[in-house]
Amino acid sequence: MKKLINRPEDVVKEELEGIALAFPDMVKVHFDPNFIYRADAPVRGKVAVISGGGSGHEPMHGGFVGVGMLDAACPGQVFTSPTPDQMLEAAKMVDGGAGVLYIVKNYTGDVMNFEMAADMARAEGLRVLNILIDDDVAVKDSLYTAGRRGVGTTVLAEKICGAAAERGYDLRRVADLCRRVNINGRSMGMALTPCTVPMAGKPTFELAEDEMEVGIGIHGEPGRERMKLKTADEITEMLAISIIEDPEYRRTVREFDEEKGEWVDVELVDPPFRRGDRVLAFVNSMGGTPDIELPIIYRKLHEICEKKGLIIVRRLIGRYITSLEMQGCSITLLRMDDEMIDLWDAPVKTPGLRWGI
Amino acid sequence: MPVTTQDLLTCLHRMAEVIEANREYLTALDAAIGDADHGINMDRGFKAALKRLPPVEDKDAGTILKTVGVALVSTVGGAGGPLYGTAFMQAGTVLGGKYELEPQDVLAALDAALQGVVMRGKANLGDKTMVDALTPAVNALREALQNGANIADALEQAALAAEQGMKDTIPMLAKKGRASYLGERSIGHQDPGATSTYLLLRVMADVAREKYG
Repeated sequence: MKKLINRPEDVVKEELEGIALAFPDMVKVHFDPNFIYRADAPVRGKVAVISGGGSGHEPMHGGFVGVGMLDAACPGQVFTSPTPDQMLEAAKMVDGGAGVLYIVKNYTGDVMNFEMAADMARAEGLRVLNILIDDDVAVKDSLYTAGRRGVGTTVLAEKICGAAAERGYDLRRVADLCRRVNINGRSMGMALTPCTVPMAGKPTFELAEDEMEVGIGIHGEPGRERMKLKTADEITEMLAISIIEDPEYRRTVREFDEEKGEWVDVELVDPPFRRGDRVLAFVNSMGGTPDIELPIIYRKLHEICEKKGLIIVRRLIGRYITSLEMQGCSITLLRMDDEMIDLWDAPVKTPGLRWGI
Repeated sequence: MPVTTQDLLTCLHRMAEVIEANREYLTALDAAIGDADHGINMDRGFKAALKRLPPVEDKDAGTILKTVGVALVSTVGGAGGPLYGTAFMQAGTVLGGKYELEPQDVLAALDAALQGVVMRGKANLGDKTMVDALTPAVNALREALQNGANIADALEQAALAAEQGMKDTIPMLAKKGRASYLGERSIGHQDPGATSTYLLLRVMADVAREKYG
């Protein structure tokens, strides 16, 4: 294992210390429990948007804390969910009196820890809603699995919901918007190489020089299928077609019902893409793939979208949701409406995403 | 003779020892079908729990168990943290104010732990999770007590049932957690959560046998 680290057990702590020193105008860092929060928090009267997850996906989530995006982010150990005490203390720190939205990627650990945190926060008198992101079309069967994983759409939901909160939307409206972003976003990823968790010291799986893994998640876990390496155009086509031709997706998720005062099962349906849909096209590096290769992916994606009648109205290309140093990419397509486009364009100032300010 | 809070503390210290001794084993089981951190996470959690015990050692069983639960929730992470944390907290709720535990109290606490795990994780029997070890254990404990067994014999029956339940997870197809994404590839591996559950129940049976057997 070759990494620019000191001791494996200090990676997350030292990363947070560095972030606090590097971006003092945008964020502050709280230790024990660990979370990154907006330098000007709490913002009075504004809904607070919080996310979190295992570390190793940088810049997500900590790099998206700042004006127009997240109010706080809770980092766990590398690829391990953070704990409820982090999420609770983060909520108390950034709550501006208008409530808190937890944006949660659909992984068993993340879901349970954020549910516990929400229960604890409500017991302390805060208003909290949790919305899940589950957009990974590589997971086929939601009945016999923990369901689709939360991947690329998370970044887009954090931007759009952060902008909505900044504009003064109330908690219910921000939560409804987040759910709408989720059911309209779909992603799929692939890996050319595995990655190495610092504490483990060896790669999470093996891939031969001429092999790739298609349908990976973001934790270095194996994907749907291992196959011989193909060209960028062929890989892009495989991912894009899986996303665009994915049929209607139904599943039940657990959300908190404020009227009933309890968790309830909610059925959600993702409508398939249709000709004429306006989309945001997001091409993402898994960490190790250099910027020179991403436009090659985008070039082909653009061509496929045109052929399929999808109108690309916004784009995001770069390294935003990663698996440490893994080489590979993911593609996300998000169906947008006027409101989402407007919120996407709104100013944002975070270490990882910045425009308009 | 009722179980005392001193027995409970002995049990918790022994649980931490056993988890530490099985740290690599649990992690290796998890590497096969999960994310290779179960032993590391549980060991970190039980060590943290022991550190928080001294100020509550003279308190009631409920307070002791809740202290352990909160420590596990805030240090284990992953899925194990909320599941084991909820189990200990729910057991603690049932034993609030009690300094001496009758066999029925032990049963009520373990049953509450099971209900807590099911509520939090939404797993059913046969999904290849810790529920597959804990459910038969609670059933065996209940049955043994109904048949007039003492606490030591009843907990031995529970541990044996948990061990069988753990082994029964090997041919199962995982339907919860990260293992579920492997589909058919999860078959043939013993579930790490069911294994740690068995280890903890084995400690309870051993401590009970040494004192009351």
